[in-house]
Amino acid sequence: MAIDFLYPEYEVVRDKDKCIGCRVCERQCSNEVHSYDEDLDCMVSENANCVCCHRCVALCPTRALKIVKTNHTFKENANWKGEHISEIYRQAGTGGVLLSSMGNPKDYPIYWDKMLINASQVTNPSIDPLREPMETRVFLGSKPEKVEFNSKGEIKNNLTPQLKLDIPIMFSAMSYGSISYNAHESLARAAEELGTYYNTGEGGLHKDFYKYGSHTIVQVASGRFGVHKDYLNAGAAIEIKMGQGAKPGIGGHLPGIKVGDDISKTRMIPEGSDAISPAPHHDIYSIEDLRQLVYSLKEASDYKKPVIVKIAAVHNVAAIASGIARGGADIIAIDGYRGGTGAAPTRIRDNVGIPIELALASVDQRLREEGIRNKVSIVVGGSIRSSADIVKAIALGADAVYIGTSALLALGCHLCRSCQQGKCNWGIATQREDLVRRLNPDIGYKRLVNLLTAWNHEIKEIMGGMGINSIESLRGNRLMLRGIGLTEKELLILGIKHAGE
Amino acid sequence: MKRIYVDEKWCLGCHLCEYNCAFANSGKDNMAKALKNVKINPRIQIEEKDGISFAVSCRHCEEPLCVKGCITGALSVVDGVIQIDREKCVGCYTCVLSCPYGAIMPSDDGVVQKCELCLKNSHGKPACVEGCPNRAIIYEEKE
Amino acid sequence: MSKYVIIGNSAGAIGCVEGIRSIDNDGEITLIASEPHHTYSRPLISYLLYGKTDEQRMKYRSDSFYKDNKVRKMLGKTVVSIDNNAKKVVLSDGKEVSYEKLMVATGSVPFVPPMDGLDKVKKRFSFMTLDDAHKLEKAITPQSKVLIVGAGLIGLKCAEGINDKVESITVVDLADRILPSILDNEGSVVVRKHIESKGIKFYLGNSVKTFDKGKATLVSGAEIDFDILVLAVGVRPCVSLIKDIGGKVNRGIITDEKCRTSLENIYAAGDCTESYDVSSNKNKVMALLPNAYMQGETAGINMAGGNAVYDNAIPMNAIGFFGLHIITAGTYEGDSYVSTGNGNYKKLFYKSNRLKGYIMIGDVKRAGIYTSLIKKRTPLSSIDFDLIKEKPQLMAFSKKVRKEFLAK
Repeated sequence: MAIDFLYPEYEVVRDKDKCIGCRVCERQCSNEVHSYDEDLDCMVSENANCVCCHRCVALCPTRALKIVKTNHTFKENANWKGEHISEIYRQAGTGGVLLSSMGNPKDYPIYWDKMLINASQVTNPSIDPLREPMETRVFLGSKPEKVEFNSKGEIKNNLTPQLKLDIPIMFSAMSYGSISYNAHESLARAAEELGTYYNTGEGGLHKDFYKYGSHTIVQVASGRFGVHKDYLNAGAAIEIKMGQGAKPGIGGHLPGIKVGDDISKTRMIPEGSDAISPAPHHDIYSIEDLRQLVYSLKEASDYKKPVIVKIAAVHNVAAIASGIARGGADIIAIDGYRGGTGAAPTRIRDNVGIPIELALASVDQRLREEGIRNKVSIVVGGSIRSSADIVKAIALGADAVYIGTSALLALGCHLCRSCQQGKCNWGIATQREDLVRRLNPDIGYKRLVNLLTAWNHEIKEIMGGMGINSIESLRGNRLMLRGIGLTEKELLILGIKHAGE
Repeated sequence: MKRIYVDEKWCLGCHLCEYNCAFANSGKDNMAKALKNVKINPRIQIEEKDGISFAVSCRHCEEPLCVKGCITGALSVVDGVIQIDREKCVGCYTCVLSCPYGAIMPSDDGVVQKCELCLKNSHGKPACVEGCPNRAIIYEEKE
Repeated sequence: MSKYVIIGNSAGAIGCVEGIRSIDNDGEITLIASEPHHTYSRPLISYLLYGKTDEQRMKYRSDSFYKDNKVRKMLGKTVVSIDNNAKKVVLSDGKEVSYEKLMVATGSVPFVPPMDGLDKVKKRFSFMTLDDAHKLEKAITPQSKVLIVGAGLIGLKCAEGINDKVESITVVDLADRILPSILDNEGSVVVRKHIESKGIKFYLGNSVKTFDKGKATLVSGAEIDFDILVLAVGVRPCVSLIKDIGGKVNRGIITDEKCRTSLENIYAAGDCTESYDVSSNKNKVMALLPNAYMQGETAGINMAGGNAVYDNAIPMNAIGFFGLHIITAGTYEGDSYVSTGNGNYKKLFYKSNRLKGYIMIGDVKRAGIYTSLIKKRTPLSSIDFDLIKEKPQLMAFSKKVRKEFLAK
């Protein structure tokens, strides 16, 4: 219907002087934007199909392509922006819930960018990480209250299972199903090489990847897909997923079309059936219930694996975290509202949850106040964009971070936020064989290793500047941070002083 | 010796190798200038069918039937690389008859052409490999 | 230090030098040939006349070849006999050269059948050697009317080479089609029409009854005016050196897969030999340059103490006339598959799960893939034959084989 017509959001600009008609763009676009017109003897574009993923731009050998945002406009209105109007047309036309993917893109404050890091001058000299040892290794897990000795005076090993990370960065949960086999292989191989961990997400563990088990965190989510005893024992830790930053309070839905043979086996569900993760765990309605699951999993894994409980950052996050710590979790993972997803209702993604920076500060503060900070490690995720974000997170109290979006970007993701369509041109968020092939793990894993190696260098550099030589010494060291352009209340929650103070 | 190896598992059938080959051997310094309105005749060629694709170019065989069969001596092995002397070639196509990979082909001017690993053009190293977006074509020493 | 003697200076002889030198860097090599020229490619003489090459470029190997390979050359010398007991060869000037290992790569000579009145024809040429080509080139003028007897490879290449330089060319052949040794009827028609379109006339299924001055009368009664005659009826392998000392000879010198003759320490290669055709399972004279080279190289390696076999020879030809390319290989027996269109003609012959032979005219791209199927005797059941029938392609092989081909 005419009223449903929406002018394409993006336009393909093709430099006809440069285009040699090689049709690489056409072959590489799963959205069928490009085609060759015989009558016109040139390439033409169907702009309406373009998701702005830049696959064609990146592969065009003569650099003849660029994608621009259309300047077609509704009448300017500060309140009724184009997107509001378009979305209403779409919903009025279809009656459907709007779907989106990846993290909340809205213009909310980014607290990482409102915090500045300290450096040493004159006193407390800075450290040159190229000349002096600098420790970025961390251990995640519950730390004992005190050192204990046996009757002979020897130290008793009262340490519960720990995760050893050579760098304070892990790959966050992304299921096989939401991302491709090759993406998983890239993450697994990178985790192994980097001495860290990747996370299966809620989709189970493909049989080919059991060999990376010592660098794998296996997840148990509300759908319990692919969970069995071997699975629980295959990884280095078990994560209970209570929530996800991109869509707190709701479950997940992997459409049957993506449940092919391999995924059906891995998830232990029939081929072609929708994989629906319920919003709650139907056996968890209280901290006590959660405690039961934590201990069931510990029991199943012979108390050899730390158990992580992952929650979305929401309003009462500090109290919730306290309950989780008391519920027996070894590690709490908190996912901020910017965290990514393969598909979420737009309204949820864009309006539910709170910033990870604030959640982290308040959780760390609360656990300290309650004297139980040592009982758990804190891992934060939900838009860690750089090594600077990591340093700030650690100074706010995190033990380590989870990265998801950054890792996918390293693999080629261009944040077109169309994962839900399953036609990822970069071979990441797709199960279509021809597209999955586009991500060669030999390239992908190396890029992940490169990224994290670079970040680790930067972390060392920044820590050295502060005169700090280990993550341990930086953790919760909020004196190393200063706020800029923040209100008293924000500074109070973050537990930091304002710049200049 | 460094050779080109093709792994069809990673080939996307994008045909960039063909265009990069044609450009590298065009003698021009700009791809648009070199290939605009040109029907390319590259020395590496993609075969594709039913979702399978792979590139085929000279394997630089150790026992090269093309060189042994060449009636003019235009084909020769120099440091392991099979080269063609375009001046000597008369375009009899005995090499086309001999090559078990179908990797020698007529050029646009009648004599034959084949992959010479870009060692004789200004690119200096295989352009197909450099431009492959998915490492489906690699240039390395094996064994 | 071994002493090698090579008789001949074309592909078989050069292959032999390179074969020896791949194993033995020091052995003394003596190369004796009747022709005085630096090694050159005989098939190029037509291209020379056509203007596609010149004497420098048609050298089969570089000017420094003999020096680089430490070959003592005795060019313009003819070996008249071999004394295999004394292990020496005798030259026409009485000189003797002793050998430890001997290569006979004597090639072939044109065969001239008796024809009535032939001795009356003054300007009579054959078309095998560089000297033949020079003589013919000197003789022709833009007014020449050339009669070529023989519509085989040599006769027609000759016709192509001089067509622009003479007034007319007429070709006569006893066979009912041109290129009878490599083409079937249909293919032959395609090529004939193409050649006819360049002004060349054919009299097929016909032969010269008598030659008179400036005129040939055919069996059919037709009369052809001509002033230059090229005889390209056929060739005969030069086998006498071996035959005279009791070596096994059939049409050609009989050789085994190591390219040995039946005589100790004597090897043979090239157009003078007969070898085993794996496409027809028969011994044949396969007078083709690639075969000659490979036989020579194989022999050379064996002469130098190495171990090489050449056991997959087949008849094959790549040839073109006035821009129309023809590639053929193998034996034409069994079932066939034909495809035509766009002026192209292709015919595949297959039998007992094997590709036996093929003819490609026009579009000859990637023909070698077919050649390889014949040479390797690849079972057709192991490939997608329907696919490869369409066009030669590696896609027709299994994934595993493709990996062998391209990834190893």
